[in-house]
Amino acid sequence: MPAIVAENLVRKFGEFTAVDGVSFTVQSGEVFGFLGPNGSGKTTVIKMLTGILPLTAGRGMVDGIDVSVDPDSVKQRIGYMSQKFSLYDDLTVLENLRFYAHIYGLRGKDADRKIEETMQRNAIEPYKTRLAGKLSGGWKQRLALGCAMMHGPKILFLDEPTAGIDPVARRKLWDLLFELSGQGITFFVTTHYMDEAERCSHLAYIYYGKLIADGTPDTLRQIPDVSPAGTHRFEIVTRDVTTALRRARTLPFMRSATIFGRSIHALMDDTISESELQSELDKVGVHADEIRPLMPDLEDVFVELTYRRQAELEGSRASA
Amino acid sequence: MTQSTFVETPRESLVGSQSDAARKASGAAPSVAWSNNPFRGFRAIFYKESIHLRRDSMAIMFALLVPIVEMIILGAAIDTNVRQVRTVVYDESGLMEHARDVEGSQSSRALLDRFRSSDTFKIYKYVNSDDELTHEMVAGRAKVGLKIPYDFDRQLLRGQSAQVMVLVDGSDSSVAGQTLNVASAIGLDESLRRMLPEGKQPAIDIRPKIMFNPDSRSPNFFLPGLMTVLLLFVTTMLTAFSIVREKERGTLEQLFVTPVRPLGLMMGKIMPYFGLAMIEMLMILAFMRFAFQVPMHGNVLLLLLLAMCYMFTHLSLGMLISSKANSQNEAMQRSMGIMLPSIFLSGYIFPLDNMPWIFYLMSFFVPATYMMQISRGIILRAAGFQDLWINAAALLVMGLGALTLAARNFKKMIV
Ligand SMILES: Nc1ncnc2c1ncn2[C@@H]1O[C@H](COP(=O)(O)OP(=O)(O)O)[C@@H](O)[C@H]1O
Ligand SMILES: [Mg+2]
Repeated sequence: MPAIVAENLVRKFGEFTAVDGVSFTVQSGEVFGFLGPNGSGKTTVIKMLTGILPLTAGRGMVDGIDVSVDPDSVKQRIGYMSQKFSLYDDLTVLENLRFYAHIYGLRGKDADRKIEETMQRNAIEPYKTRLAGKLSGGWKQRLALGCAMMHGPKILFLDEPTAGIDPVARRKLWDLLFELSGQGITFFVTTHYMDEAERCSHLAYIYYGKLIADGTPDTLRQIPDVSPAGTHRFEIVTRDVTTALRRARTLPFMRSATIFGRSIHALMDDTISESELQSELDKVGVHADEIRPLMPDLEDVFVELTYRRQAELEGSRASA
Repeated sequence: MTQSTFVETPRESLVGSQSDAARKASGAAPSVAWSNNPFRGFRAIFYKESIHLRRDSMAIMFALLVPIVEMIILGAAIDTNVRQVRTVVYDESGLMEHARDVEGSQSSRALLDRFRSSDTFKIYKYVNSDDELTHEMVAGRAKVGLKIPYDFDRQLLRGQSAQVMVLVDGSDSSVAGQTLNVASAIGLDESLRRMLPEGKQPAIDIRPKIMFNPDSRSPNFFLPGLMTVLLLFVTTMLTAFSIVREKERGTLEQLFVTPVRPLGLMMGKIMPYFGLAMIEMLMILAFMRFAFQVPMHGNVLLLLLLAMCYMFTHLSLGMLISSKANSQNEAMQRSMGIMLPSIFLSGYIFPLDNMPWIFYLMSFFVPATYMMQISRGIILRAAGFQDLWINAAALLVMGLGALTLAARNFKKMIV
């Protein structure tokens, strides 16, 4: 049975439709990455699936339970870390954990055991007497995750868990997520970071209320819109990238080219082979140190999909 | 670990086996089954809220320091009783008949002695001209000026009416009113004495005695009212803040996915502040009794019991405010909307009987009105439960109404 099924989720705020017919399925044990620009409806989708916000239309099934019918049962099975930092600053790490243990009905020895276990697993034991407000971002999120998991949920909703924390802490938090995922916990994570998206086993992209992509990172990279038929990509490593880019763009078979650090990512007709490219570049005075075939990265995918969606929206506005 | 499974009560193990079945069916189930208790989550919220309160020095200050300061200001500094009013005298009556070194005449001295012994007037200076008299008044040094004309004795001896001029500074109306009353009373009394034959008493002797607050001491009257007003801060404003703060921080949303129920949330929030309000009240009572010597005529336990109704009403109103307000600012404004009528329409400052009818009508919807009756009734008049129960009932009705509305608002938020 899938962990989460969203069927045509719709949420309106007055006249405004924040979520417009969103459907997807998350299998048990997946790390599901939910992406989209700010204000696209990611948080709204999470709130609907966690039973915080009623649905305007559609159906949300979490662990086989309809969230509109029995939100209480859904809440028992899920953990939720809201977008804002959701701990109490003036309580210590231990007091925060104890509060969540109590509110989930754990008492006495059971509570102590669970708190101890959480502190060990999330490595926050050394900070247990520190006020939560005095923790750095990464530790706060580990604590928040511990609080959200106090009742042993099998499905976790994390809304931008890594926003505003440093890269090392970010990496560590994801390591922890994968460790938990290995124990069979399903994750629903929203993020803005492409490197995090790359690590997800399943991705969906929402753009102003509409879902415009859904699949594994590999299938998304192969979407025809992103890699049109008759094209392929190369990475060109060279010294003076700015001059090289200007010159490379003059080549007739070149579809598009962008600088990525010390190299150029180029999309071109697939009639051109690696060695042909090398000699064509030499002709325009660009010496390539190295040329490698390239898969489109996720950023390319989302940028391309966003352009297409914007064009569609403008088209429908023009016809209306 | 195995031990705890053996210690489980039968009821819990039954619930446990049900959730075991559910776990098999669904593949995931909670470690603890949720009860159906409408107060679910109460203990956890109470635990957490007590810690917040202990670490919130602002709240503690509001509850314990502000009342003392307010009581000192109102109880001691502002004594609204009219007493020992500074009075200047220009007595011309001696100038005619006596040597220059004697002030006034025999009759005028007798009259001034009456003024002096009334406790209302304090003669601090004699002057020798109309100009000086006026000057003392204009400069604000004297609130009352007495002028006894040069023919005072002569008129009295002739059996004619002798005039005394009383100048009163009208800028403070309560002082003006009361000094004029006392001055007229002294004049009337003196006149009667002179008209009656020696040894004969006036036919009617009115002996006023103000009951319940015999020496009309203002602390006795003000402090029981002030207590009513002071309790508002902790009960209304601080409770409202405690939920609104969670809205602002985003932690309230987090609570919505936990098992907490509206009543558990509200009661867990209310109880710590209820405790704080009780401590505050005991402190105010002790201060009132021992520092300001306000007598406690009635039963202090009854007062505490009925005050609980009042606290309940305002704690519920605090919850109602917080269920609607989205920022601390908004909560503050709404709290003020409750506190101002409590000060002005409750009879604390302006007596209810003299209010325009519209305000009088409004005062019935102000909880502080009822508490004002309760606290003054018990402290000053030794009123009992049979005299005051109706006030407590009114408070409970309002409190339950507010709590129901608040619970409904929260229910809309917590699906
Ligand atoms: N309670 C609400 N009332 C009105 N509009 C809302 C409310 N919550 C969210 N929105 C609107 O819905 C849209 C989606 O918001 P949100 O789900 O928070 O986006 P995201 O999490 O992707 O940034 C935004 O335009 C936001 O302004
Ligand atoms: Mg969001």
